[in-house]
Order: sequence, then structure tokens, then C-alpha cells
Amino acid sequence: MSNIVVDKSKVPWWVSNVIVPLVNLTLALLVSGLFVFIAGENPIEAVKLIIYGSFGYIQGFAYTLYYTTNFIFTGLAFAVAFHCRLFNIGGEGQAYIGGLGVFLVAINLSFLPVPIVWLLAIFGAFLFGAAWAYIPAYLQSKRGSHVVITTIMFNFIASSLMIFLLVDVIRDTNQMAPHTVKLPEEIWLPSFEAFSGILGIKIRYSPLNLTFLLAIASLFFVWFLVWKTKWGYEMRAVGHNTQAAIYAGISPHKNIIIAMCISGGLAGLLGVNEILGVSHKIQAGFPAGYGFTGIAVALMGRNHPIGILPAAFLFGILYQGGSEVTFEMPNITRYMFVAVQGLIILFSGALENLFRPQIESFFVRRLNREVNL
Amino acid sequence: MVSPILELTDINKSFGHVQANKNINLKINKGTIHGIIGENGAGKSTLMSIVFGLYQANSGSIKINGKEINLRSPRDSIINGIGMVHQHFMLVENFTVLENIILGFEGETVFGEKLQKAKEDLEKLCQTYNFNIDLDATISDLSVGFRQRVEILKSLYRGAEILILDEPTGVLTPQEVDELFKILRSLKDEGKTIVLITHKLIEIMDLTSEVSVMRQGEMVGHTKTEDTSKEQLAEMMVGRSVLLRVDKKEIKKGETIFKVNNLSVKDDLDVTRVKDVNLEICSGEILGIAGVTGNGQTELLEALSGIRKVESGSIELFGEKISDQNNFLNPRMLKEKGLAHVPEDRQRMGLISDFKAHENLIFGYHDQEPYSKSAILNNKEITEYSNKVMQEYDVRPNSPNLITSNFSGGNQQKIILSRELNENPKVLLVGQPTRGVDIGAIEFIHQRLIDMRDKGAAILLASVELDEILSLSDRIIVMFDGKIVGEKENKNVTDRELGLLMAGVA
Repeated sequence: MSNIVVDKSKVPWWVSNVIVPLVNLTLALLVSGLFVFIAGENPIEAVKLIIYGSFGYIQGFAYTLYYTTNFIFTGLAFAVAFHCRLFNIGGEGQAYIGGLGVFLVAINLSFLPVPIVWLLAIFGAFLFGAAWAYIPAYLQSKRGSHVVITTIMFNFIASSLMIFLLVDVIRDTNQMAPHTVKLPEEIWLPSFEAFSGILGIKIRYSPLNLTFLLAIASLFFVWFLVWKTKWGYEMRAVGHNTQAAIYAGISPHKNIIIAMCISGGLAGLLGVNEILGVSHKIQAGFPAGYGFTGIAVALMGRNHPIGILPAAFLFGILYQGGSEVTFEMPNITRYMFVAVQGLIILFSGALENLFRPQIESFFVRRLNREVNL
Repeated sequence: MVSPILELTDINKSFGHVQANKNINLKINKGTIHGIIGENGAGKSTLMSIVFGLYQANSGSIKINGKEINLRSPRDSIINGIGMVHQHFMLVENFTVLENIILGFEGETVFGEKLQKAKEDLEKLCQTYNFNIDLDATISDLSVGFRQRVEILKSLYRGAEILILDEPTGVLTPQEVDELFKILRSLKDEGKTIVLITHKLIEIMDLTSEVSVMRQGEMVGHTKTEDTSKEQLAEMMVGRSVLLRVDKKEIKKGETIFKVNNLSVKDDLDVTRVKDVNLEICSGEILGIAGVTGNGQTELLEALSGIRKVESGSIELFGEKISDQNNFLNPRMLKEKGLAHVPEDRQRMGLISDFKAHENLIFGYHDQEPYSKSAILNNKEITEYSNKVMQEYDVRPNSPNLITSNFSGGNQQKIILSRELNENPKVLLVGQPTRGVDIGAIEFIHQRLIDMRDKGAAILLASVELDEILSLSDRIIVMFDGKIVGEKENKNVTDRELGLLMAGVA
């Protein structure tokens, strides 16, 4: 246990919000490098491959941004709930059910004008994700069942429910695999190739699509909601001090439910990217762990949209660059990158306070010395 | 002169801005029962936690048997013969008595010889002090009184010569209290030293031979118990050191606007804390509630402000019933009706320490214009308002964007006060308005309350500071054990009279 006491008011914002995450990240990458070395490959080469894979050519970069889109949604989802001091671990399940929402709306309303279908599908994703988060939220606020436990359970329930639906109810009957029919092509969200074609650049397929802009809009939405509206204000009040919130006439029950529903809704938007943008059908297990990784994204990004954007981008780089590495380096498997993600979660989440006191006190001392000079 | 077994010199301890212990000096003689009395929050428990090594003092020295020692952890204290029984027991519920007592001092990896030895030693101890405990009983099967004995036995087994008991009777039934006192007396007869922390005067008079009084983090007196009386101790506890002067005009009493009928209120543990209280407040009047902390004032204020449910009885505002056992208006609705509340615990309830000052300045009023319009916070208005009001109330530093926990207690209090007074409430409930606030701010706050009264507000002021009650109130009621035990016009009433009522002896 560290006994360093730092006067928080003297710590400049950039130390706690930039330097500390960077140090934690660097450590995670150093340990990852060690793993790569033990696996018999050159860590420097691996880093080069990651950078090339995610930035080196336009298609790679498009992939990076596609992953970033998903991480923005799930990272924001975790962050919104966290401002009300709720650990929503259920982003995975909420995203899954959100995907169901997109699909049902899109397939049933595809006769409407295309932009309206898009809007309704986005709304459907949000609504379904929110509904899936509502149940744990209700149980937390009325019954005191801890939302960490219930949201984890709801991930499993979501997964079982979707498998059931994909096998028995909405499966494409011409196929053996558990997925639905494809949505009609007219209502697919325009992909990056379509845009680049207009600009005269020709690239091969990439999954990046218009949802990326929705993700950027969501960053603004969350920032505005949490810091500029009375709803965000009340959510934060409940999160920081429930007693005081009651004193001020703010209902903790109501705010727990609002925060969780918005959180679930944001996770649900992942379905827009995956279904309306990329695969155009529901496939079993499409959230593929983005919901969980979102937790790390939010923790790294200090639960602020300005932090979540670079954190989501970083994970996008790791995903895309990582797959490049596994192609080129036979000794490095896909699971190696799961381990790297794990290390980042470990260092920027669980061990977040490992070096914080030392780093902060170092800067406080240095800055004070400058002032004294 | 007997040399003291425990001697504390100039102990200081602060938590952030709050100084919990200020230059404490204390001598405790061997083989005595020494009482430390003071209200909740007076710093008794902090002081004893320092002696037990749970906290480290910022400065000062601790001597045991004349030798200066450095206590960095409870283990150091135990080695030096200090044992402590906490208010909340530190026992593993599903372990037996024996397992709990040897926990951390097992002395062997595989239980065998030493466990047997420990058991024999403990049985001997039990006999000596007449503890009557089954060492193989599981803690969860034992009553509270017996659990406490296990704690005492644990300390003795670890070689405690000085035994500190923190509010030991709070959780006991009267019979259990008698049993405990018997044990403590027999411990004293065997030469052990006992330090009893309490806020109950009757225990001090019954049990101790010497007593030290603490108030607001300071040691305000030491005396032999036989040389003092309950009344004198009560006066010392609530204090009247600083004489405060407030300019107060003659009262211009209006009509009754706030009325409480036969009100009873329970706390979170379902204990009735307010018992059949009746009171009325007129416009232009300050009604003071005097009383030692924990006699129902907190629950009364919470019920009146719509935070706590009413068990029975009713509350009326302007002749309209706002609360009874079936319905109550929530704080926000009450605010709209012109009732404001300055809560007694600002950290726990009055504000959110992690919020910026400007966010706390609108707390509870955040959804009203001009601070927000159609749910969107109007930052420009809020900042302008914050700048203005912080200047008016002389909040230092005058920076609305500073996180609230960085302000001193007095300035935090000013933030709350400015917020609650700004809307010109018709009824103002105020709890401990100057707790932990420096003298300058106290005068300022008092003046503001008087101004509100002169403007025609009905003010209910609960305070443990008799001075504050005496200098501000027009009328005074005294609460003891949840009941109103006295009501006086504030003319020629003496603090001695009030002190007697507060101690429940009049």
C-alpha cells in the first residue's frame, strides 16, 4: 500500500488525465512485448506490423476506424452508467439485443423511404438495448440486486435468447447456419468504398460505413447529456452522493433507470454498425466481445468522451494491427492479442492507481519547485 | 504523585480541512477507569484511534509508562499493552470465540499444542473476571453483550493493560450494561486501566474516577469525577467559551406558518427517535432546538424537510398538510412551497464534494429557470449567478469552477447557505449552521439568519451550541430522548437551566 498523500487540487489535469494513462499503456505494451519475445518473435517488428496494418494503407486504416466505431459505442455505454456509479458490465448483451432491434425495424419497415428506415432502425437499436438494460436497472433501484451481477447474467440470457431466435424463429431457412436473411440492399448504410469512389480513390472492400459518423455524434451527445443537461447533472449527483441527491429532491431510482437505459441504448447502437452497416444480417455472437472491451475503453478514457475517442482508436489499432501481426508472424496467434487487451485492461483499469500517486506527487513537487523559483 | 500509564502530549490530527484533534494533552493513571466524554464529532474516537495505532497523529507524542513510543499500527499498540473495543465489533461471525481470539496470533501452522494452551489460558481469564463465555460457541449465535465480552477477552488475552472502550453501551440493553460495568470494575480491581469513551453522563458518574471532556476537537477540561456533577459536565460538553454578539431587533411576530402535530419519526434502524413532538413557528421568529446530539434533532429536521418518512402525526405549512404517515411531499415540492433546509451534515447531505462550486450553488434548484431551460443547463446564467452570490457571501476563493472539497468547511457552509437563502424561503430549517466553521464566518452566518428573520421568515434552528441557540433564538425548546422536555422564551433563561434540561435531569 502506498502512503503518498497528494493534494488533489494541486495536480494539473493533464497529469492525471494524460500522463498517467500513457504510463499505464506503455507498461502494458512493454509487458506485451515481452510476451511476443517469449513467443519467439521480434517485438519491434511486431510494433512495425501493427502500425503498418492499421495506418499503412487505406483499407487497413478503414478497418481501424470500423473497430473504433464499435468501441466508441460500448465505451460510451459504460461511461454513462458509470457517472451514476453503476458498473454496467452488460454492454455485450445490450449490443446483441440492440442488433435484434435494428434488424426487426429494418426488415419490417423496408418499404419506407431509406433515410427514414435508417433513423427508425437506429431508434430500434437504442430502444432494444435500453430495454435490455432496463430490467437490471429496475432490479437495482427497487430491489437492490447489484447491477454488476445482473448485467453479467443478462449477457448470458441475451446470448441464449438470440441463439434460440436465430435457430428457431428468425433463421434464414435456406441456410443451415444460425443467421437471418440479408436485409434488402437498398437500405444498407453506405460504406466507405462508396464515398471513396466519389472522391476518385479506389479501394477494396472495408467494413467502415456511415455509422462512424453516428459514433462521433454519440460522443457529442454523451458530452452534452452528462455535462450540459439537468438529467446528466442529476445522474452525477446520484452517483457521487445519493444522500445529498435525496436531500435535493432528486430521485435515485429514476436516475438509476435513466442512466442504465441510456447506457444500454448506446451499447445497442453497435448493432447499427454491424447489421445495417456491415453484415446486413444477424449472425450468432456478432458483438464478439466489443461490449467487454468497451469497459477498458471507458476506463482508459476516464469516462469522458474526449478520452474515449482516443482510447477507442487505440483499441481499433490493436484489433486491426493485431490481425496483421497474426498473418505475418506464425508464432503469434489471435489469442495473443486477447492477452494484450487483457494487459491493457489490467494496467489501465485494475492497476490504475499503481503508479498514480507517485506520478502525481512527482509532478506536484516539480511544479511547486518551479513556482518557488 | 502517581506517574501516568498513558500520557499524550500536544496531539494534533487533521483530515483534510477538518482538524479533528487540536493540541490534546491527556494523562491516564494506572488502575483507574478514566472517562472521555464529548458529543458526537468532538474527536474522542479519533484520539483513541491514534492511541490504538489506527491513525497516525500529525504531531505530538505518546508515552506509555513514561517511555515515548511510536504507534504505527494496531499491532504496535497491542505489543505495548493497549487494547481497544470498538463501537462496531471486529469479529468473524462464523468463527468460534476461540478462533476469533487467537486470530492473527495463532502461533502455529497446524493447530495442536498451542491452541490447547490458548484455550486453557482463556478459561483461566474467564474465571478470573467472571466472563461466563463458552469458548467453542460460534459468534453468530451470541448476543451483542456476549460479543462485546469476546472483544474484551481478546484484548486481555493479547496482554492489554490499557483497555479502551468506544461507546460500549450504545448497543446494549440495560441488563447487559450492568453486566458490563461489573466486568469493568473487576478489571480495575485487578489493576487494569480502562478508558471509557462515551457521551452519556450517567455512565461517567457511575463508573469513572477521572473524566476528561472534549469539545470540537479540543480537550476542554480534566477533573476527578467526585469533584464534578452531571450538570457541570453537560455545560462543559456543549460549551460556552466564545461569547457571540448578534445585533437583533425586537421580534415582530407574525402568524403561525409552520406547525407540527404529535410527530413521531423512526431512524433507519427502525428505532423511534422523535416522540410525539408538537411545535409551532411564527413568521419573523427563530425557534431554537437545544439538545445534546443524538436526541432526535437530526431525524426531526429530516422529517420536516421531506427526506424522512413520518411515522405518525402531521406537519402543516401555511395551514396545508404537507406530511403525515401516508403521504409526504418530497424536498423539491417543499422548496417550491417556500421551505428551505440547511442540513446539519454538509458533507453527507448538503453538497456534493466532487462537484464544482457552481454546480453546488444550484443544487436542488438546478431545474428551475434561469439555471436551466427545457432541461438544458444555462452555464452562462449559472456562472454569472455563482460569481455574484460568491461575492455577496464572501466565499473564498471566489472561483465557481473549483471543486467543492477544496473549500474550507466555513466556505462550504456559505455555499449551502447562500443557495438556500437566495430564494427567500418562508420557512427555513437549519441544522448546526456553524459546525466546524471559523469565528468570522460564524458571525456572518448568524447575521444572515437574523436578516431572514427580520424579513419575516419562520426559522427552526437546531444546534448543539448553546451559545448559538441563546444568541439567535426568540424561543427555545429542548429535546431529550426524542421528546420536547422544555420550552422557554429566550428572556433571562440561563444556560444552566438549559443544561439541566439537556442532560435530562430536570
